[in-house]
Amino acid sequence: MDSNSSPVKIETKNFNFFYGDFHALKDINLKVYENSITAIIGPSGCGKTTLLRSFNRMHDLYPGNRYEGEIILYPDGLNIVGKGADPIAIRMRIGMVFQKPNPFPKSIYENVAYGLKLKGIKKKSILDEKVEAALRSAALWEEVRDRLYESAYSLSGGQQQRLCIARAIAPEPEVLLFDEPTSALDPISTAKIEELVVELKKKLTIVIVTHNMQQAARVSDYTAFMYMGQLVEFGPTEKIFTKPTQQLTEDYITGRFG
Amino acid sequence: MFLKVKKKELIETSVKTSLGAFSLFVGLIFPVVTLCVLVFEALPALEKFGILKFLTGKTWDPVAEVFSALPAITGTLLITFIASIIALPVSVGIAVFISELSPRALKPVFTTAVELLGAIPSIIYGMWGLFVIAPLMAEYVEPFLQETFNSVPVIGKLFEGVPTGVDALTSSFVLSIMIIPFMSAIVKDSFEMTPTLLKEACYGLGATKWEVVKDVIIPYSLPGILGGTVLSVGRALGETMAVAFLTGNVHQIPTSLLEPLTTITVAIANEFTEADSDLYLSSLYYLALILFVLSFGLLMIARFLILERLGKKWKTNI
Repeated sequence: MDSNSSPVKIETKNFNFFYGDFHALKDINLKVYENSITAIIGPSGCGKTTLLRSFNRMHDLYPGNRYEGEIILYPDGLNIVGKGADPIAIRMRIGMVFQKPNPFPKSIYENVAYGLKLKGIKKKSILDEKVEAALRSAALWEEVRDRLYESAYSLSGGQQQRLCIARAIAPEPEVLLFDEPTSALDPISTAKIEELVVELKKKLTIVIVTHNMQQAARVSDYTAFMYMGQLVEFGPTEKIFTKPTQQLTEDYITGRFG
Repeated sequence: MFLKVKKKELIETSVKTSLGAFSLFVGLIFPVVTLCVLVFEALPALEKFGILKFLTGKTWDPVAEVFSALPAITGTLLITFIASIIALPVSVGIAVFISELSPRALKPVFTTAVELLGAIPSIIYGMWGLFVIAPLMAEYVEPFLQETFNSVPVIGKLFEGVPTGVDALTSSFVLSIMIIPFMSAIVKDSFEMTPTLLKEACYGLGATKWEVVKDVIIPYSLPGILGGTVLSVGRALGETMAVAFLTGNVHQIPTSLLEPLTTITVAIANEFTEADSDLYLSSLYYLALILFVLSFGLLMIARFLILERLGKKWKTNI
């Protein structure tokens, strides 16, 4: 695994984050490579989800949150947390899949078409085409092709999560953020989602937060280990899991704490 | 030791029994007794005029002792309906503003302000309506409406007549202001029940605040909004009393919004002391019985709508 094989997609530079007075992320310097999967692991409360939610400015929704430093999105070099950056435009470029399946109380079709409509696509033929493409990419098309207009809640949990992935990829974002996407799913559904995540990296860049170390080892190309708001170690997954340079990483990987 | 346990049991049983009896009385026996009294008192009128004739007749003539309820029922439903139509968008607007748009620090201020509006005794709204709103309506609003809609076919008819300010339109308007606090509180509560994860899913796709309100919060809260509306309508039915000054208390079915009318509550309040004959009094009880059934029915519908929210159709796994 050569870390120079693909260009950098996202780079955080001395990034700090505050929930009010609480200093949640401290001087994070991390590179996310294009068309690769970067896993962020670490014990609960280490800041991994906080970091992930900084990438699409989710923290803007709640008062008292503050970013410091830079998160650069390439190729255009936009500072995601800069003053001039528009969080809405950023969220259209950087999609997100959440801990639990959260489809809208609408039909399957409407769920997938929603992001496209936000982008201003109104033509039915284009919507149909893109909805089908997204559902195919999310490996859900065969299961729902005959019931596109049924409620999204008629699907099983695993299918709902794949629907959420289809919804996120339909507007063709450049980056997709996964926030513990399988934490609410059974092992079979989890395996399907993992397979899908690996498949998706051909088209976009993926950052995945996971509690499950085996999952990180199975799917990711790079792994970042965080502890107490700091980035302890970052590198190719193989190296992190076999020859970590930090004692803390090794302790966590081997299950001595966490 | 044994005695202590016995004593505890005794206390527990007595508390249980007394609370149970109390709830039974308030919740079940009280309404049933009320219903019985209404039916009993209404019996003479019920026998004289029957059900269909009383409900569909238009005459209310104390001198000839001919009574029927259609004008009062129409009046009640009409001003309640118009008041709800005015109150619904305003309440949804207030709820959107308080729960989604207002700065966090000001949220409690606005919430309290709206709640205070609900704490004003309804008779004060009635007085304010008569002394402030009615003259304004007669002087400015109603002539303006007449001029504007004069040539419009159907709507023009609604504003025919002499603008006096004491009419269906003013009554509805004042009533709408009375139910807005109540309605907006229910709508706001249902808005706040929208799961965060659902809102974040929408924001995460690049939606603006308004798009989240329109596409997620309002559709998700729809059963709550409907239930809240029906509950408010039920309340409005009873509150029509407060607009007693504004209706004019004329037993007629208005053909225009600028005509005076009456409602069930207004008729009862105004005429109870003047009802010199048994049949007159009994007819008023009959009106009360109709109101009871109407309110009860609406409450049941509201319950059904709100319960449906918790039902299968809207169940999510979030």
